[in-house]
Amino acid sequence: MTIAHDDMRTETAERQVTTMSMAAALNRALADAIESDQDVVVFGEDVGALGGVFRITDGLTARYGEDRCFDTPLAESGIVGTAVGMAMNGLRPVVEMQFDAFALPAFEQVVSHVAKLGNRTRGGMRMPLVIRVPFGGGIGGVEHHCDSSEAYYAHTPGLTVVSPSTPQDAYSLLRAAIASPDPVIFLEPKKLYWSKGEVDTSITAEIGTARIAREGTDVTLLAYGASVSLALEAAEVAAAEGRSVQVVDVRSLSPFDDATVTAAVKSTGRAVVIAEAPGYASVASEIQARVFERCFEFLEAPVRRVTGFDVPYAPPKLEHWYLPDVDRVLDAIDTLHWDEDV
Amino acid sequence: MQHTDMLPRDTAVQLIDQNGAPVADEQYALPEADVLLQAYRGLVEGRRINDQAGALVRQGRLAVYPSSHGQEACQVGASMVLGDADWLFPTYRDSVAVIARGVEPADALVLLKGDWHSGYDVRAHRVAPQTTPLATQLLHAVGFAQAAKHRGEDTVVLALCGDGATSEGDFHEAMNFAAVFHVPVVFFVQNNEFAISVPLSRQTAAPSLAHKAIGYGMPGQRVDGNDVAAVLAVLGEAISRARDGGGPSLIEAHTYRMQAHTNADDDTRYRERAEVQEWVARDPLQRLRTHLTATGALDAEAEERFAAGAEEIAAAMRAALNTDADLDPEDLFRFVTETRSSQLEEQWQLLRDEIERSQLETEGHR
Repeated sequence: MTIAHDDMRTETAERQVTTMSMAAALNRALADAIESDQDVVVFGEDVGALGGVFRITDGLTARYGEDRCFDTPLAESGIVGTAVGMAMNGLRPVVEMQFDAFALPAFEQVVSHVAKLGNRTRGGMRMPLVIRVPFGGGIGGVEHHCDSSEAYYAHTPGLTVVSPSTPQDAYSLLRAAIASPDPVIFLEPKKLYWSKGEVDTSITAEIGTARIAREGTDVTLLAYGASVSLALEAAEVAAAEGRSVQVVDVRSLSPFDDATVTAAVKSTGRAVVIAEAPGYASVASEIQARVFERCFEFLEAPVRRVTGFDVPYAPPKLEHWYLPDVDRVLDAIDTLHWDEDV
Repeated sequence: MQHTDMLPRDTAVQLIDQNGAPVADEQYALPEADVLLQAYRGLVEGRRINDQAGALVRQGRLAVYPSSHGQEACQVGASMVLGDADWLFPTYRDSVAVIARGVEPADALVLLKGDWHSGYDVRAHRVAPQTTPLATQLLHAVGFAQAAKHRGEDTVVLALCGDGATSEGDFHEAMNFAAVFHVPVVFFVQNNEFAISVPLSRQTAAPSLAHKAIGYGMPGQRVDGNDVAAVLAVLGEAISRARDGGGPSLIEAHTYRMQAHTNADDDTRYRERAEVQEWVARDPLQRLRTHLTATGALDAEAEERFAAGAEEIAAAMRAALNTDADLDPEDLFRFVTETRSSQLEEQWQLLRDEIERSQLETEGHR
């Protein structure tokens, strides 16, 4: 895949608006971060000559040199552990984990050190590093290539966990993640890497904020990552059936934007949380619980969850049964105690 | 460097034997008398710090203390070979090395006292926070050195670990990254024969831990960890080589943990007293004292001066640790992230209300 977004750029007086894929937006964000801050270094397995298995780092080594984007030995704990040391010594490392389940050997470094060093040193050593994790399924990947590990990270105090669902957010959130003084787990929905949209490089995203992805008045769908596109699709179908569906892209899993989510659910009185990960003890459970705690008196029906089943991620030929789909979302919406049913 | 030059010696480098007699060595020179005298002072202080910390555990002033009694030569050596711009990456057992680097004893012991997880200014002393998970800090040391190289800084990083840590995956990854990226880091393994209760024979089947170095493409060396002269010479050479662009190396010190893993451990369950007694004769303090006394570098006046200095440190430790710190519960929320989330703000309000209510109740009972 070549990234030719430069050809499509349209210049305006102040803004650069270009239509590009999410993969290209991430690539652009990395390039712009490398150019604007000499402390930014990008590394991982296959990020150099190959440009990453998803080509997110395409061309960075060629353009900026081995000092700024380089391949490491194949060792996830080594990648994250050395990134910790670099962050201790003033760099801003951005590392790639290649696939979500491949990040697990680095889990001790993430939980015991990335998340805690700022706290242990009473702020004496901040961890301004970003761990990019391609996450989620829907691409026909074989085992260990399609898991959703967000709950492990979101459960860990000290980690910021975000996931974009549009090329614009991919660009803006990644820039914000790299600029953040805190460590960020940046979850990239693999299924959306090739989805296209406009990217304005002057737009900045604030970590910790949700985004209203679609206005609606009857029910609120709360989703993140690839599930946002599913929610939007379901909202279209529901609209055709006469229901006005609001979609909130949670976007920041930790910290969580209670204000936006609560206001959204209060405005409709009904909510469904959608996520690919197994639902038990999940981020979806947390969102559901928070909505219940804060919106109970405004709710017309129990808050529902539509999630993956509590099984190991499905093999490619079974994943269409595993993944939440439009029908499952519509079925959940139908259970929300609609007056016309009474 | 020839591959065979990366191999450690069959026996550990020793420059002063256990009777205090100098040992001639073709490769490593005995440090100057004033350096050895300074090292001796460090050993006396280190021993006193270990003893005092043990007493403070028994008095309930420290939650736990992993003693480096018997390993003071490694601890003092590790501190003395570093320059001002260099960094030390210690573990929980390396408090004496941390203190020898200039950290106030009471600050070094905050972790073990229980006031916070790390109690000193890491940047002021160029000492990373002491780590509890094994071998994880070796990767931090490599990354730190890599960043120093990236920025063209004249910094060498010394990373400490024990024999047990060499079994961990992060040990392997750290050695491998350091060698591949040729960074200025020295790995210093204090092989004290036990990982809590498990002996070295259950950690490795390698001829020695230093032999692992050649597998990564870096030189390894073995040193008598109870001979501070040898520790200074061998570590010093490795640090110089790293500083001159010669890349990483692995030094294994052969030493012995004279006390239990911590006060919570019963070492009579896994080792014979006779074995511990054998190591008393190899004590790092005694042999250097004998050597320096025989050469006339150490006299009764210096002995008294060093002992008095060590006693002052111990008195300061007692005074500091007998004082309860004024702990602020908001600290729980203050350092989690740079920006405090609304979730943490709500939780702090909850705790603050709880504290205020309990204070009101206490006042009501008066």
